[in-house]
Amino acid sequence: MLTILFDGIAYGMLLFVLACGLAVTLGLMNFVNLAHGAFAMAGGYCTVILVNTWGVPFFAALPLAFLVSAGLGLILERSLYVHVYRRSHLDQVLFTIGLVFMSVAAVDYVMGSGQVFVRIPGWLQGQFQVFGVGVGRYRLLIILICGLLTLGLQLILSRTRFGSRLRAAVDDARVARGLGIRVDAVFAITFAVGSGLAGLGGALGTEIVGLDPTFPLKFMIYFLIVVTVGGTTSITGPFLASLLLGIGDVAGKYYMPTLGAFVIYTIMIVVLILRPQGLFSRGSVR
Amino acid sequence: MVLALQTLDLDKRFGGIIAANAVSLRVEKGARHALIGPNGAGKTTLVNLLTGLLQPTSGRILLGGQDITHVKPHKRVKLGLTRTFQINQLFLDLTPLETVALAVSERLGFGGNWWRLVGSRAPLVNEVVGVLERFGLADVMHLRTATLPYGKQRLLEIALAIASRPSVLLLDEPAAGVPEDERHAILAIVGALPNDVTVLLIEHDMDLVFKFATSISVLVNGALFVEGRPEEIARDPRVREVYLGEMAHA
Amino acid sequence: MKPEATHKDRLGALAARARWHPLEILFWLAALASYYLLPDKHLIFTEIAILGLFALSLDLILGYAGIVSLGHAAFFGFGAYVAGLLAKHQIVTEPLAALLLAGLAAMLLGFVTSFLVLRGSDLTRIMVTLGVALVLREIANRYAWLTGGADGLQGISMEPLFGQFRFDMFGRTAHAYALTVLFVLFLLARRIAHSAFGLSLQAIKGNALRASAVGVAVNARLIAVYSIAAFYAGIAGALLTQTTAFASLDVFSFERSADLLLVLIIGGTGYLYGGLIGAIVFKLMQDYLSALTPQYWPFWIGLVLVLIVLVGRERFSNWTRPMRKLAARLDWRAGGVSDAIGEGR
Repeated sequence: MLTILFDGIAYGMLLFVLACGLAVTLGLMNFVNLAHGAFAMAGGYCTVILVNTWGVPFFAALPLAFLVSAGLGLILERSLYVHVYRRSHLDQVLFTIGLVFMSVAAVDYVMGSGQVFVRIPGWLQGQFQVFGVGVGRYRLLIILICGLLTLGLQLILSRTRFGSRLRAAVDDARVARGLGIRVDAVFAITFAVGSGLAGLGGALGTEIVGLDPTFPLKFMIYFLIVVTVGGTTSITGPFLASLLLGIGDVAGKYYMPTLGAFVIYTIMIVVLILRPQGLFSRGSVR
Repeated sequence: MVLALQTLDLDKRFGGIIAANAVSLRVEKGARHALIGPNGAGKTTLVNLLTGLLQPTSGRILLGGQDITHVKPHKRVKLGLTRTFQINQLFLDLTPLETVALAVSERLGFGGNWWRLVGSRAPLVNEVVGVLERFGLADVMHLRTATLPYGKQRLLEIALAIASRPSVLLLDEPAAGVPEDERHAILAIVGALPNDVTVLLIEHDMDLVFKFATSISVLVNGALFVEGRPEEIARDPRVREVYLGEMAHA
Repeated sequence: MKPEATHKDRLGALAARARWHPLEILFWLAALASYYLLPDKHLIFTEIAILGLFALSLDLILGYAGIVSLGHAAFFGFGAYVAGLLAKHQIVTEPLAALLLAGLAAMLLGFVTSFLVLRGSDLTRIMVTLGVALVLREIANRYAWLTGGADGLQGISMEPLFGQFRFDMFGRTAHAYALTVLFVLFLLARRIAHSAFGLSLQAIKGNALRASAVGVAVNARLIAVYSIAAFYAGIAGALLTQTTAFASLDVFSFERSADLLLVLIIGGTGYLYGGLIGAIVFKLMQDYLSALTPQYWPFWIGLVLVLIVLVGRERFSNWTRPMRKLAARLDWRAGGVSDAIGEGR
């Protein structure tokens, strides 16, 4: 059972890294980016190509995946997304769905529709025993990396000037602009970093959840659930929500194979009914 | 004598903020009762409490003697309580004809009817057109509300509340934002309201208040400060101080 | 100007909204003609009719009541599987009866889930409806012993309609069946749209706060229209199963819900014909693009979506001005008031 817990935590932290960019985007610009998963997919495929085809070491490929996805995010944000910010949520949904369809088909065309795998270093495979509990090495790595990232994010948000600008802009963009904060720049950087993190998550997640062109569609709902349950006003909200969902999903699928997948959908629906602003957020829903 | 509208120790708190403080309002049948007070006194909050948009923290609301404290907002309309909004709340894509037709259908009880075409019942249409003519909207009744000038929209706002044939009508600053040359139309309408309709008027415009009101309540910081007839209120030094005090800070 | 004359104008004005416009009659005559004049196109017209009905059902909640749903396929799929199961296990063999039962089942599902869309913002509704559709898909996937799982519901054989009309392989019966069902339900929808109920829906969409302040029982109306829309969607799904003798998991798919939104965007919402026109355009587009690039046509659909949003739905609808004018004349402002047509929607 502890293994389940451990696996659930690993999965949850992976979800967090994947989804936190979406949470901040939604909280910051009230923008629904259903195409968030496409950046994760980009990171994943980038890593696969780098490691499998070009022989780049795994740990070198990870930051590259981050950079590629971040760059992609920045380019798309400045060229396309910026035109859709002031639109209704329906328009944003349609727009990003369009992007998802395009990215899924494009990757299918270029990389083929089969699932791809990444060659992780040998010493990362397998598990070692800790007090009789099987601890997967790769999953441990995920927990470490994601944990460090989370801490880093929290530090950036609370200790740096950029962080305080970001928090100000999330709270009230108009007032922030009035104070001279360049909200557009803040958002572009945040979007890029969020996409980069998604890419990193995609790279890390390939080994655990698999990667194929339909990734953005399959995981869209998971990201939305994290954001729904965790709210968009903090880092800790989505973090806790991701852990809850990760453990819930893994445990659910293990103990109740038939109903396992429903656990998270049900959680989302229940939360949306009772607390539309999210389980862990403090603000009201926008 | 049954009061048209009454509140009993009506309280509304938002966390630490007291928006309504033990308000016990008494409005007699047929009265033209004005509710005045400095900005932020809680006038609109009170209207929202009366109509059910807000639930009171404690206290009761009686409409014609009937306790409506926990009655849903749309049901209060059916019981005879309607309101206008300080900022126009209209159906911008509908025409005045459709807008008023909606209110009248609801009142007559077939708002939920999905089979008969709107406008197939002559009595309904006659009544709708009658209301529009009374409010000077007959010439624009086929135009989209969004295209109407502000004054006409304001008239529609009031017409809509009247179309439901209320026994008590809450007017929230009816002349707000209306340009000088169109205000007399609003004032005339307000003055010509039938005698069997009790009116609770919220206003800043003292001309309108003193021309129109038969009784006045002054609301300050969510509590009823003083009540009485217009002449008494006009002479009351405490009222002047409350308003002047506000102007001195401004 | 005699008072009686103007009064009659006004009396007629509201009712005239509902009068049949010549273009409408032309539309349905053309639909009927398609059955006789294009005998090798029965299959695609059946698909268009089904998609049109599905889009009509979404128009009822999106165009009239303002509820944004990203999971309308839930009801479509539910109706599809109910109809499939009724036929496969010979529970109800008369197709029309099974159709109605499937619709009612979907309606029940709509009623039960309607409370989910009453509260919350557009964003909440988007996510909740998406969640519901995905839950249903998961259920259909898991309970493979009932639904056939990923392989789909197979082994369905349809009895002849009314005991007389066999579902032939040219799709003649299917075409006539689907078209008739669509027409009948369209008439009903038209009636609803022009009723006081329909008017109250538009008021709710425009300003729910004010609607409530006028005496409209907002939640009750929304629940009602959501259930009706679920009924329509369920019938559309059932039609698909009955005319293809097959049901698969993709009736619940997100792509289906997304495509549906695109159909309504193309055709326009709020005047009932948007779904039908959009369905025609979409199907023709899909046919053409699938022939070009069979595997990757979602790419082009995605591109169309992106472009439409970038260009702006309002400007896009300006390009479809002829349809806009038709919309204005059909549904609105009878008596030909020109400024109303100019506004469009």
